[in-house]
Amino acid sequence: MDMRSEDMLSGDLSPDGRPAGPIDLQAEFTESEIGSVLDALDAELVGLKPVKLRIRQIAALLLVDRVRARLGLTAGAPSLHMSFTGNPGTGKTTVAMRMAEILHRLGYIRRNHLVSVTRDDLVGQYIGHTAPKTKEVLKRAMGGVLFIDEAYYLYRPENERDYGQEAIEILLQVMENQRDDLVVILAGYAERMETFFRSNPGFRSRVAHHVDFPDYGDGELLDIAGRMLAGQNYRFSASGEAAFRLYVEARRAQPHFANARSIRNALDRARLRQASRIFALGRPLSVEELTTLTEEDILASRVLTQGGALGPAGQGG
Amino acid sequence: MRITQGCFSFLPDLTDAQITSQAQYCIEQGWALGIEYTDDPHPRNTYWEMWELPMFDLADAAGVVRELVACRQAHPEKYIRINAFDSTHGWETVRMSFIVNRPAREPELVLTRQEGPGRNQIYAMTVRPAS
Repeated sequence: MDMRSEDMLSGDLSPDGRPAGPIDLQAEFTESEIGSVLDALDAELVGLKPVKLRIRQIAALLLVDRVRARLGLTAGAPSLHMSFTGNPGTGKTTVAMRMAEILHRLGYIRRNHLVSVTRDDLVGQYIGHTAPKTKEVLKRAMGGVLFIDEAYYLYRPENERDYGQEAIEILLQVMENQRDDLVVILAGYAERMETFFRSNPGFRSRVAHHVDFPDYGDGELLDIAGRMLAGQNYRFSASGEAAFRLYVEARRAQPHFANARSIRNALDRARLRQASRIFALGRPLSVEELTTLTEEDILASRVLTQGGALGPAGQGG
Repeated sequence: MRITQGCFSFLPDLTDAQITSQAQYCIEQGWALGIEYTDDPHPRNTYWEMWELPMFDLADAAGVVRELVACRQAHPEKYIRINAFDSTHGWETVRMSFIVNRPAREPELVLTRQEGPGRNQIYAMTVRPAS
């Protein structure tokens, strides 16, 4: 930061002899361009209040730490390992993908890259296979973010000789000793993560940030649907949107509701119906017709027509 | 006797920070890094022992340094080098190789001459352990 002259004259010196006058955090904030990252996060992700709040807190802490470090007030790198818990489709993976970029912009990690793994990538198939596999993944993730999806699968209490334990031990060791090199994000459904943390207390104490992803409200889901469609160059007709509002309400009451993921699946199926509907028209089409999802595309859904009689996959129709 | 082979070997030994940034350079060139060690620094000994497997798909040098630390711990009194392999078509070879660890007392290379048929001189280099 540019020390202004009145700061220089304040005469108050920090331990390393540099002036420690009033510090303009706002200027620091503007300079770091963190604002644009956070604003983009706010604009592009619907809802998720607690998540955004936590990210802002982390951003503030890193910023303050940076200013403090400049004055010789070292505090050691904060531990940024996180756990994301929440129901299916609440945006855990999406946020994790953004996390690498955010932490990189904040200067906490050196590379803007994220390695996304599941149990299969970490745990081996036979004795002696797990350690090299886990280490290889860790090496690839160094300098960035390691995202472990459905982390509870690492621990299988029913099989005491499961190799998952070995992967967990290596992970814990790296999480502790190489905090500067790697940020680990664990994600999964809330209750199962709770069990996982209970049986691996080492993990709980090394994960500093437990972020809970709330379910989306109906309005938020509609908003998400609108954005998904816009991204694919589709839109609802006015009646189509009203129909989709009904759909969301009906779908929520049914089992296996997966928030944004259910919405995406519903939209994909609506696109299928729209395609066959306009195909059956058998006449030249306008661009308008190609891009509009109407009421009939939505109302034909089994969720609405059969009062929730779902297929075996529980996907809704 | 100080063994010189590979890059930077006429310079003072690289510090860990320098090794890290050299490794980072290699990663940014898209080269795969491998760590090798040996106790026989003879120039004709091209087959050093591999430490673990070569590392592909790294993004940051921290992964290499981690392995190097482990290798140094296991073999503090051996030569360790980092090789950077370029798999680009047309190269497919080691593009860079540098020594990152040496024994405290290095062995000596001794040149011996031998008279061959027709007063032909035959030269041989042998490694004499550090005395």
